Amino acid sequence: MEIFGLSTSALLSQLLLGLVNGSFYAVLSLGLAIIFGLLNVINFSHGAMFMLGAIVTWMAGQYFEINYWVMLLLAPFIVGLLGIVIERLFLRRLYQLDHLYGLLLTFGLTLFIEGVLRSIYGASGLAYSTPELLSGATDLGFMVLPNYRAWAVFSSLTVCFVTWYVIEKTSIGSYLRAGTENPKLVQAFGVNFPLMTTLTYGFGVALAAFSGVLAAPIIQISPLMGSNLIITVFAVVVIGGMGSIMGSILTGLGLGLVEGLTKVFYPQASSTVVFAIMVIVLLFRPAGLFGREK
Amino acid sequence: MKLAKPIILLASIGIAIALPHFFYPIFLMKILCFALFAAAFNLLLGYTGLLSFGHAAFFGGAGYCAGYFMRDMGVGPAIGITIAVLFAAALGALIGGLAIRRQGIYFSMITLALAQMFYFVCVQVPASGGEDGFQGIPRGDLFGLINLQNDLNLYYLILCLTVAGFLFIKRIISSPFGQILKAIKENEPRAISLGYNVNRFKFLVFILSAALAGLAGSTQALVLGFETLTDAHWTMSGLVILMTLVGGVGTMLGPFVGALVIVLLEHRVGEIGSFLSQVTGIAWFNSLGESVTIVTGLIFVFCVMAFRRGLVGLFIKQK
Repeated sequence: MEIFGLSTSALLSQLLLGLVNGSFYAVLSLGLAIIFGLLNVINFSHGAMFMLGAIVTWMAGQYFEINYWVMLLLAPFIVGLLGIVIERLFLRRLYQLDHLYGLLLTFGLTLFIEGVLRSIYGASGLAYSTPELLSGATDLGFMVLPNYRAWAVFSSLTVCFVTWYVIEKTSIGSYLRAGTENPKLVQAFGVNFPLMTTLTYGFGVALAAFSGVLAAPIIQISPLMGSNLIITVFAVVVIGGMGSIMGSILTGLGLGLVEGLTKVFYPQASSTVVFAIMVIVLLFRPAGLFGREK
Repeated sequence: MKLAKPIILLASIGIAIALPHFFYPIFLMKILCFALFAAAFNLLLGYTGLLSFGHAAFFGGAGYCAGYFMRDMGVGPAIGITIAVLFAAALGALIGGLAIRRQGIYFSMITLALAQMFYFVCVQVPASGGEDGFQGIPRGDLFGLINLQNDLNLYYLILCLTVAGFLFIKRIISSPFGQILKAIKENEPRAISLGYNVNRFKFLVFILSAALAGLAGSTQALVLGFETLTDAHWTMSGLVILMTLVGGVGTMLGPFVGALVIVLLEHRVGEIGSFLSQVTGIAWFNSLGESVTIVTGLIFVFCVMAFRRGLVGLFIKQK
């Protein structure tokens, strides 16, 4: 079967690639949105944390022979701890100031982290092999589905959904939502707000590390892999608006798909299409698709 | 003390004229270009309160534009730079016009994203030379009279342009227009309620800033004779923020001091590294020269945490 002169299976596999990228966008923009909601900080180092998730996984495999499945939990934990340290040492002292300083600080941290890792590993890619359980592909009849990519999409979506559920439907989540709405009032009710911000930052960063682990076998691991991605995620966040959790998930996935399609039909534009969509959204709906103007 | 100001002024003019006889002129010119670039950025951050994370697009874009017209179209440096500045202003109108539709942190993200888009365009357009960079930009003769192959002549030209740029910025911020910018920075809702069309002022100052950044970028391309993707990359946007931060946000001389410190540091970081490794005996410091970003990252963090007033800010009494 052919659509626009392309075989269906080729089209579908590109769409799957787009979906994989989209699920990374979704997890990353979700973390950004949660952090921004409570801390009012745009976390530039989110990309670096994504990279750390992947590189820590690689290091654990290389030096300690710890396998992928352990790292899937351990890497987000390690990076989350690092995030907690960063929040306690640095970010905490900036809440009183203009929000811009949070962005600048995390930008500086990104340069530092990337610089250190680049001085050790260089800028070229490190390879990480797909875990055995998920290597190979399944023939679905109409297309061949690489198992690992399916797993990456599935687990990203699961994490997104669980996060959404916790924030929207549980009592912990209600504290978080209340804190986003009015921090002073939440504190007056006896909630330990400083602890909450610390944990929230740690969690947001751990999400980034989780998708870094997922990306390790499919994307070339390099110290610079996160920064280019995070700028695209910024555009995703501008398009979606940071007001709604489900909004950032859907926008991330949708843009990944659009990017995948662009790769099929007009590859030259695939690196710029997300930004072009951002321009259009800014023209017609400046607050973003799911955003509310303050 | 009435005499102090003119004396300082005369002395700095004397030093500026004499400097290329003692130091490598290309190096001095690079500092001047970056000083102007940082000053253009500071016009937005320091005097209007807008953090643009995309100024590399104007700097690098103007560099490519000037290079293209001077090498491939064969125009002289005066026309080449003029076209490049206009190009940067037009690019500024596009990026600024979109970015001012959102406020605060979103503004920064949008400028960053749009500049990244421009960067990808630069990577793909064949005219830019892609990864190889844009090579062999001729310096030519200024108005067909002054030979710019001579480093000294070029130095004086760049000095004049940079000083003119600084004076222009000073004129802007002390004008009624500049006072309104200040009002926007201090309290935007209030400026709106006083009846000012805030977006129009932001738009105008963004274009001015982009044009000045373009002047800096095109002169740098003229000095070096080539233009690379580095100049349009987001790290360059970060670098100009750092220069302004180190020198002092919202001060007239801050960007100049910051550019001096950062450019010097980038050149000397290798030597500092080998010195450190000699003193401490840790061999790793030797590789510091290849990873400047570690040092810039550290300075960034330090400045944001503990040194927000910057070097020049230290000498200015806080109101």
